[in-house]
Amino acid sequence: MRELFHRIAKYGLALAAVLAALPAAADTLKIGYIDPLSGGAASAGVNAQKHMIFFIDRINAAGGLNGQKLELLSYDNKVNPQESLIMLKKAIDEGARIVMQGNGSAVALALTDAVLKHNERNPGKEVLFFNYAAIDPALTNEKCNFWHFRFDADVDMKMAAFGDVIAADKDIHKVYLINQDYSFGKAVAAAAHRILAAKRPDVQIVGDELHPLQKIQDFSPYVAKIKASGADTVITGNWSNDMLLLFKAGKDAGLKVNWFTYYGGGLGSVPAIGHDGVGYLKQVTEHHKNVLPYLLPEEVAFHKRFTDKSDEMYYWRIRNMFAMLEAAAKKAKSNDPVKLAHALEGLKLDTPLGPMEMRADNHQLLQPLFVSTLSDKVKYDVEHSGLGFKTDKKISAADTAMPTTCKMTRP
Amino acid sequence: MREIVVFSLLNGAVYGLLLFMLSSGLTLIFSMMGVLNFAHASVFMLGAYLSWQISRWIGFWPALVVAPLLCGLVGAAIERYGLARVHRLGHVAEILFTFGLAYVIGELVIMAWGRNPIENRVPASIDFAAFRIYGTSYPFYKVLMTMISVGMFAFLWLAFKRTRVGLVIQAALTHPRMVSALGHDVPRLFVLVFAIGSALAGLAGVIGGFALLTEPNMAAALGPIVFVVIVVGGLGSIPGAFIASMLIGVVQTFAVAVDYSLADFLRALGMGLPPGSALREMLAIKLSQAAPLIPYLLLVLMLIVRPRGLMGTRDT
Repeated sequence: MRELFHRIAKYGLALAAVLAALPAAADTLKIGYIDPLSGGAASAGVNAQKHMIFFIDRINAAGGLNGQKLELLSYDNKVNPQESLIMLKKAIDEGARIVMQGNGSAVALALTDAVLKHNERNPGKEVLFFNYAAIDPALTNEKCNFWHFRFDADVDMKMAAFGDVIAADKDIHKVYLINQDYSFGKAVAAAAHRILAAKRPDVQIVGDELHPLQKIQDFSPYVAKIKASGADTVITGNWSNDMLLLFKAGKDAGLKVNWFTYYGGGLGSVPAIGHDGVGYLKQVTEHHKNVLPYLLPEEVAFHKRFTDKSDEMYYWRIRNMFAMLEAAAKKAKSNDPVKLAHALEGLKLDTPLGPMEMRADNHQLLQPLFVSTLSDKVKYDVEHSGLGFKTDKKISAADTAMPTTCKMTRP
Repeated sequence: MREIVVFSLLNGAVYGLLLFMLSSGLTLIFSMMGVLNFAHASVFMLGAYLSWQISRWIGFWPALVVAPLLCGLVGAAIERYGLARVHRLGHVAEILFTFGLAYVIGELVIMAWGRNPIENRVPASIDFAAFRIYGTSYPFYKVLMTMISVGMFAFLWLAFKRTRVGLVIQAALTHPRMVSALGHDVPRLFVLVFAIGSALAGLAGVIGGFALLTEPNMAAALGPIVFVVIVVGGLGSIPGAFIASMLIGVVQTFAVAVDYSLADFLRALGMGLPPGSALREMLAIKLSQAAPLIPYLLLVLMLIVRPRGLMGTRDT
């Protein structure tokens, strides 16, 4: 009797779940967004989420993809790989066919493995992984797979852009590397050694420091070491507090060096760094506000919709990501993830900043990159700080390509 | 070489004094009231934000006074309307209360000032180099920080060992009924202590706000290290907290300067490890890489060897 009751309850629940899922599944193409939405890293996750909402609404207003509307499902992973796997499972259970993530290469490596396994075991229910910010080169090299697409330039591509600037600047003689002690920081240091040796063999690397991730409050001892080394340039992949506190300690000690940073212009950084960075702080990105003499229509519309002080359209690459998705859906004439993935391979698209291309061999997006320096004489400032970035050098999409070791199997 | 030693000593001492500023209020509240206040770092954060806000209106020097006073008022209100009702439920209830309070303050700060760091720069009036050594300038605000920190230590030491109020408060901790029978208002004394502890946190926040980063995560980032300080120093001991702060500051700073690993040390002794062994990988971590973890190692060692801490009077 009891068993019968259980059985009825079980099938009843299953049936209810199927009925509840059916109409919704047919209605929209669901996109699972997995990133930190609470805790210390939430500011980046929440800001990127606004980009997602913005571009999804734009696509929907224009009629969706092949007539199907997009729907965003958001999941908070607290930048934790284990948590992300649970959230991925939840997203897939709730019908997501594309998942998007950016913060943390450790998270992306966990997700890309999990997506690959899921797709192998569930033919017909494949899920795509769009990565907009995790830039460990492994993701498009030894760990690449058919389902993962990266829309941000990886560590090596960005370092190569710095290398071009350093090669042209004969005032740079001694370089100090300081990075966070985990896979990403180590990748930055390795890339710097390799690329400087190729582009400026005369430059001396006078320090190669790895420090624990987000544990340091006072960087003065590190700055004392940088000073003692006689470096004229610092290269760092540090992000968030590690970037800001390092810079602050440098300012206190009167350290005058060129700062080549990956995230010195990251969200919230420019107001905190302030005028001390003018002329010294450099970054490499796919976009900044003064990349063209005028704001792009997407930026104008974004700022009209999100008016909070910290709302910046920082991720131009999310715009590129949705533009590629739209073009792929058009080309495939279908929203089936497998067909979308095939359509994305080798897809070329023009953007206001130059042409871009999704590499077929390793699924790395090639887009124009800009090395820029913080300036107080710009037309458009960042986060109402009165400061903005000015382009030093543009690298066209094709020139950012790096050799790859990726060998993927395609369905 | 001498350059590195001098810099490490200086930087270490200044960092240690910053740690003491942070932990003095916490250890005061613990020694006088027996309450382990998890919201202490949050009041510190509040001090940083308030001073930034106030100095935009009326300038830095008034803010240096007003912000800690406001934090003191907040502390008084917390004790008077919150903790006072929780005391009789015991220490677990007190800890849970302050733990929850830390989250509430954190969320309020996010609501008021946003999730991103604010541009809390060193005020123009104190933004100059105090002196130069070996070609490196030393900012004046660090000198100010040193003075305030040492001042705090002197104030606490004198106020609670040498004044009548201090003696009454200490008596109230162990014999509250006797003290109130003698005509002292014990709950009000507790409000006073909590207010002073919070004001000290606020004062640390004013300086720490621009010495570090003013952002909603700063409380969580500094909370653990502050607890290391008071446990190593001995719970409730103000001189202990002072010594522990300096010790942690200097040891950590010196460790950063050391680019050698245990493996190098063994090699110098003629005990090279075979290549490829797992141990070799672990021992090859440079001391500078592990420097910020040393305080936590110290915490674990202290709890094993001497649970009451350097100057504590009872086991933790």
